Amino acid sequence: MGDKIADSARALSTLIRARYLRSFSHPGVRTLSVPPPIVEFRRVSKSFGDTRAVDAVSFAIHPGEFFSLLGPSGCGKTTTLRLLAGFESPDPDGGEVRISGEVVNDRRPYERRVGMVFQSYALFPHLSVERNVAFGLEEHRVPRTEIPGRVERALGLVRLPPATFARRRPHQLSGGQRQRVALARALVLDPAILLLDEPLGALDLQLRKEMQFELKALNRSLGMTFVYVTHDQEEALAMSDRIAVMCEARVAQLGTPADIYENPRTEFVAQFIGEANLFGGTVGQGGSGAGGPRVVTMGDGRTFQVPEHPAVRPGAPVRIAVRPEWLDLFAPGAVPPGENALPGVIRDVVYLGETMHVVVGLANGQLVRVALRNEGQLLNPLPWRRDDQVMVAWRPDDCQVLEPA
Amino acid sequence: MTRRLSPLLVVLVGGIFLLLHLPVLVLVLYSFNSSRFAASWSGFTLHWYARLLERPDILRALRLSLTVASISTVAATVLGTLLAMGLARRPFRGRRLVEGGLYLPIVTPEIVAGISLLILFVALRVPLGVGTVVVAHIAFTTPFVAVVVLARLRGMDRSLEEAALVLGADEVTAFRRITLPLLAPGILAGALLAFTLSLDDFVITFFVAGPGSTTLPVLVYSMVRRGVEPTINAVSAVLVVLTTCTIALASRLGGTRGA
Amino acid sequence: MSSPRRRLLAWFARRPAAGSWALLTPGLLWLAAFFAVPLAVLLGYSVMHRGTYWGVSPGFTLEHYRRFLDPLYLAIAWRTLWIALATTGLCLLLSYPVAYVIARAGRWRNLLLFLVILPFWTSFLIRTYAMIVLLRGGGVINSVLMGLGVTTAPLDLLYTPGAVLAGLVYGYLPFMVLPIYASLERLDLDLIDAAEVLGARAFSRFRRVVLPLSFPGVAAGSLLVFIPSLGAFLTPDLLGGAKTMMLGNLVQSQFGPARNWPFGAAVSFALMGVVFVGLLVWLRVRDAEAAA
Repeated sequence: MGDKIADSARALSTLIRARYLRSFSHPGVRTLSVPPPIVEFRRVSKSFGDTRAVDAVSFAIHPGEFFSLLGPSGCGKTTTLRLLAGFESPDPDGGEVRISGEVVNDRRPYERRVGMVFQSYALFPHLSVERNVAFGLEEHRVPRTEIPGRVERALGLVRLPPATFARRRPHQLSGGQRQRVALARALVLDPAILLLDEPLGALDLQLRKEMQFELKALNRSLGMTFVYVTHDQEEALAMSDRIAVMCEARVAQLGTPADIYENPRTEFVAQFIGEANLFGGTVGQGGSGAGGPRVVTMGDGRTFQVPEHPAVRPGAPVRIAVRPEWLDLFAPGAVPPGENALPGVIRDVVYLGETMHVVVGLANGQLVRVALRNEGQLLNPLPWRRDDQVMVAWRPDDCQVLEPA
Repeated sequence: MTRRLSPLLVVLVGGIFLLLHLPVLVLVLYSFNSSRFAASWSGFTLHWYARLLERPDILRALRLSLTVASISTVAATVLGTLLAMGLARRPFRGRRLVEGGLYLPIVTPEIVAGISLLILFVALRVPLGVGTVVVAHIAFTTPFVAVVVLARLRGMDRSLEEAALVLGADEVTAFRRITLPLLAPGILAGALLAFTLSLDDFVITFFVAGPGSTTLPVLVYSMVRRGVEPTINAVSAVLVVLTTCTIALASRLGGTRGA
Repeated sequence: MSSPRRRLLAWFARRPAAGSWALLTPGLLWLAAFFAVPLAVLLGYSVMHRGTYWGVSPGFTLEHYRRFLDPLYLAIAWRTLWIALATTGLCLLLSYPVAYVIARAGRWRNLLLFLVILPFWTSFLIRTYAMIVLLRGGGVINSVLMGLGVTTAPLDLLYTPGAVLAGLVYGYLPFMVLPIYASLERLDLDLIDAAEVLGARAFSRFRRVVLPLSFPGVAAGSLLVFIPSLGAFLTPDLLGGAKTMMLGNLVQSQFGPARNWPFGAAVSFALMGVVFVGLLVWLRVRDAEAAA
């Protein structure tokens, strides 16, 4: 039991020190001698009946990392989380789930030092807030005298004043408050890993932004590993250190938010995260020699240039994605030299606040979205109107070459 | 995400299910036993079923039971549905009292309900007969219908009715075209409950029935009092099969399990 | 637009309570005439003098309620109470595992529910008779026991409190299973997972999460079994015999062979009092559950 006190005291002092130091230090300058991963999936598979929910998934999560599993519903992200929590075991011969280097395939959740926040919050409706938070401490046989103090600290950590909330029942709380109680209940045990299953899904936008910020802050200050499941790509980009994008039971791409957004490897990733305009064609035989850009010919004979990439081989079909904000519009004939350009007609102009989306119909019927900065439509209106003839242009370097499906 | 149930628990529950169905299964089995003194099995026979056809009193009682059940089901379904609709609308003063009061007949011991009706009829010098039986059956089945229909009404989305009103239907049309069709499974379940309750009722009927209004349960009771004999098993088997078929059919038709 | 029907609807729209009462009136009148009025008459009888031959004669007295304190009748009341309590306890013990398994049975759930409800649709009288077939001296159980050589002479199983208890448990088991099932079925499985991740082992998860959350179902089921057991008439009549009389049989005998109507009425109202309290408790449990 002495260890536990020491643990929580340590956690708290880390918190304070971290906050203090952060106010001086530069963010982003981390000199880490890569530590061993705290979580490791080695070709983990899980089937329910005939369906494979998780198919040979591998990844490693580092201590203190904010790691997100992102994907559409049914992609296997929740099953992956439940495999990590211990509610599910991998199939026989279904690989290994490791926590801190140990294989935990068949360990029960309470033997794993993980905490979890459920999508439904799963607060015990028959227990008050403080009894909910105390539940895990009681189950871990923490001495009675110690429990009230730890409950109070946990509620403080999630900024719920115990005096007001401790005795309330879950049904007397708002969605955001329930969320905080669920968080406190998981944190009070000081788990090595905190699992969060779409915890913000039920909150309204304002509250969601606020909680995103707080969760990120807790992750940093507690130094605790967070594994976060979401289908909301903005949320994942905003909070994560690294993201595993899942699709059809597999990891489609793993990387930092910038990797994922700026260098999507597949069409699925390009379209699921952010918006993407896709162009396809055949790589030309000629070009400017090895190492230089290549010319791609589209179905209607028009061409554009792409940068060097393993998938770009003479005579091979290729697909590329270009983000709307990397496209620009020019009057016919005014395209800067060296840029790719395709002619089209403006179909629609959409006002989105920060940006203006211009929908352009190309000659081959494809619709392209172009995002332009909103300079203020009252004072500096866009020079484009519906039915105007325009050129859609982008720099060859901004092409994201996709791997063949 | 179903968790695995412990095999011990499954075996235990299997045993309880067996206990739950064993008595009636044995009863049906012994209706085919050729021995008159049922305990030991002495061969298969349909003799007891043949005997049923030679007993005009049993057939008469069955016909009377079905008649009483049909009449009281129709009346109780109408009265009970109206009660449920009155209670499901917006709140009014006294609603809780009425709703609570609706449960009183359901929980009142049948013996008390039966005897109080008997002394009322005696005090008013109403001759006991089929009429008094029907009146009593309507009275004790109506609250059951009301409760079943009310539960269904409470679970219904009111905005459907409001949508109908916005689309130009008046309250009567909205009820006929929207509420009633959606409510139909609930009403059917209530009617089914009323029908079987009426068909099965012994205690209340026993007190308010007069000469010439012997329903099947009253007749079976007097046969049981006289002693165990395989003819009763045969009657029971017929009734069990009949009700089981009715329930299966009704749940197929109504798409609801009705309880 | 202003057909008479529309005008009538508009009139009711302005008086919502009137509309409700219009719907309630026919049913309430019927129940008043053939349920409430008879009960009131019975209540009146319970405080009148006993008639010379049968029925009642005018006057006010509480002697019939006092008579209830006679040890002979108190013994019957006591037996009724313990049989009803034992029935409730046994039903609870048998029903909880059944309800639990059904709630977790996945695609078997509907079939199992049907199997629980099926006896409920089978005539109570027939099911009681089935118990006679099983329990009587030359009955199935005794034949099996003697056939196996467990006993040499038939056991006296019928016409005992045990037979009444068995009959009531058998009769009312579905009333207990269904409400417990309903509360278990509504139980959010995430709560059990949450308890597990917080360190609760199987027994602890059951005791601290599943059991308290199914309490409304347990309470409702217990009342649904306890109340009819208390007022049972047919089961003790057929399975209990003269020595295992319950209050229901006492009522019947007072209006029958004993010809003491006022006393029978008083016993009825003693029963009704307990039933009424039970009903109030049940309504409170139900409302509390609806509010949560």
